Amino acid sequence: METTSHQFAIQVEGLHKGFNGKSVLTGVDLCVPSGSLFTVLGPSGSGKSVFLKCLANIIQPDAGQIRFDGHQLTFGDRASQLEFRRRCSFLFQSNALFDSLTALENVALPLEQTTDLPNKEIRKRSIEALKQLEIDEYAGHYPAQLSGGMQKRLALARAIVTHPELVLFDEPTAGLDPLRRNAVFTMIAKYKRQFGFTALIVTHDVPEALVASDRVALLNQGRICFEGTPGEFSASEHPVVTDFRDSAAALQKSLAIIRSSSV
Amino acid sequence: MFYWFGSQTLRIVYGIGDFSLFTAKAFCALANSKRLLRRIISAVHEQGTVCLPVILIVGLFTGMVLGLQGYHVLSRFGSQGLLGTLVSLSLVREMGPVLAALMLIGQAGSALAAELGIQRNTEQIVALETMGVNSHGYLVAPRLIAAILVFPLQTAVFVVVGFWGGSLSGSVLLGVDSGVYWSAVQRAVEFQDMRECFMKAAAFGFLSISTCAYQGYHSDRNTSAMGARAVSASTTRAVVFSSILVLVADYIISSFFV
Repeated sequence: METTSHQFAIQVEGLHKGFNGKSVLTGVDLCVPSGSLFTVLGPSGSGKSVFLKCLANIIQPDAGQIRFDGHQLTFGDRASQLEFRRRCSFLFQSNALFDSLTALENVALPLEQTTDLPNKEIRKRSIEALKQLEIDEYAGHYPAQLSGGMQKRLALARAIVTHPELVLFDEPTAGLDPLRRNAVFTMIAKYKRQFGFTALIVTHDVPEALVASDRVALLNQGRICFEGTPGEFSASEHPVVTDFRDSAAALQKSLAIIRSSSV
Repeated sequence: MFYWFGSQTLRIVYGIGDFSLFTAKAFCALANSKRLLRRIISAVHEQGTVCLPVILIVGLFTGMVLGLQGYHVLSRFGSQGLLGTLVSLSLVREMGPVLAALMLIGQAGSALAAELGIQRNTEQIVALETMGVNSHGYLVAPRLIAAILVFPLQTAVFVVVGFWGGSLSGSVLLGVDSGVYWSAVQRAVEFQDMRECFMKAAAFGFLSISTCAYQGYHSDRNTSAMGARAVSASTTRAVVFSSILVLVADYIISSFFV
């Protein structure tokens, strides 16, 4: 079947990025289907966050092309950047909430600053977003007064209030316990279904990602070494995939060696 | 030696260019800024209302010291009647704009640099950009507009309170006739002095707040410190550089008026 560009929310070709002479991304090629929940897995330091920041137009790639909905993104082209940012949201690993603004003000800020909606409508939509994430009773609280999970939900409320077509999630479950990790993935899947955006997540939480995602890719040493469905990932015999996927078994093996050598 | 001199010169030229670009971006962003008035009012509150007590206290004591020192110097020549002239011209031409600016740098400027530094450190500025919000327009421009409005007003308050301070020490405590003091003040201060005073205040406001905003906004560029230390280093640099800039600008502006 011949594919047209808009079948893919994001198309990346030959993406390169390095810092101080050290290559981080060494030719990433990836296509993210529109409307999918796509997860990029990878070990720490594999360049996942750099990849996501290149996609979000925060970091300028050294080489390569990024297309959003078929249109090429050019770093530094203010008009195309604004158009992209109007249609895309970014959820930071640290949440990047405005600590001097209340929860309601945080959510209202993108609407206030990027739209001409009247104040009443902005307030209505912001409260609606807080309600959908079940944190509307904390509308007057500052981010520091909220728990980690609530802060994550507040960051998601701020990300979805503009009704984006694409949401980029940078390690949304970093530092959370397994139950909270499940809750975050459930929340992403639920709101993706509700709002119909394309979700691109970078994480190293394999079990949750395999359950929640439509497709997964594995980034290793600056390249995509696997891309497919969660089922294909589970069945893959690619050495990097098996190492990453079966890390618990590898740990068991290492511990067994240590125990046997110490006896 | 030549290498060091050359690289430092290039660094300074680059810094001046980058700083100019930063302020130009802030002013250009005004055109597309939404709900700007609300942010300007908030910035006026930060630089005006919040800093007013400091301005009042420092203005009062500066005037009192000028009255005290001026009285003892002038009494050597039997010219105590000129105390009002000395206090008013010192305050209006030099001490008012400079000291008010230094106080505002210490309070509002350092707070601004620290706030922007923390916002840079916690990715809040990048978050603004990813939302399609121009961070220069949202964070910097309202503060610059407020500075150009507030610094002259704060300077006026400083000068008037300073006059009262001079009167308090000169007339009330040291016995110079109150009518002589105030009529000397009235006669000494001319329109040109007021113009110099307000021009200096507006220029100092613009220079100091833009310097503080620049240092805070780019706190991540500091290669010698990271995290909280980078924020503290950028705040220190903001206060030091803007204070020096105010004194340099004071000399340049004064040289045009003298």
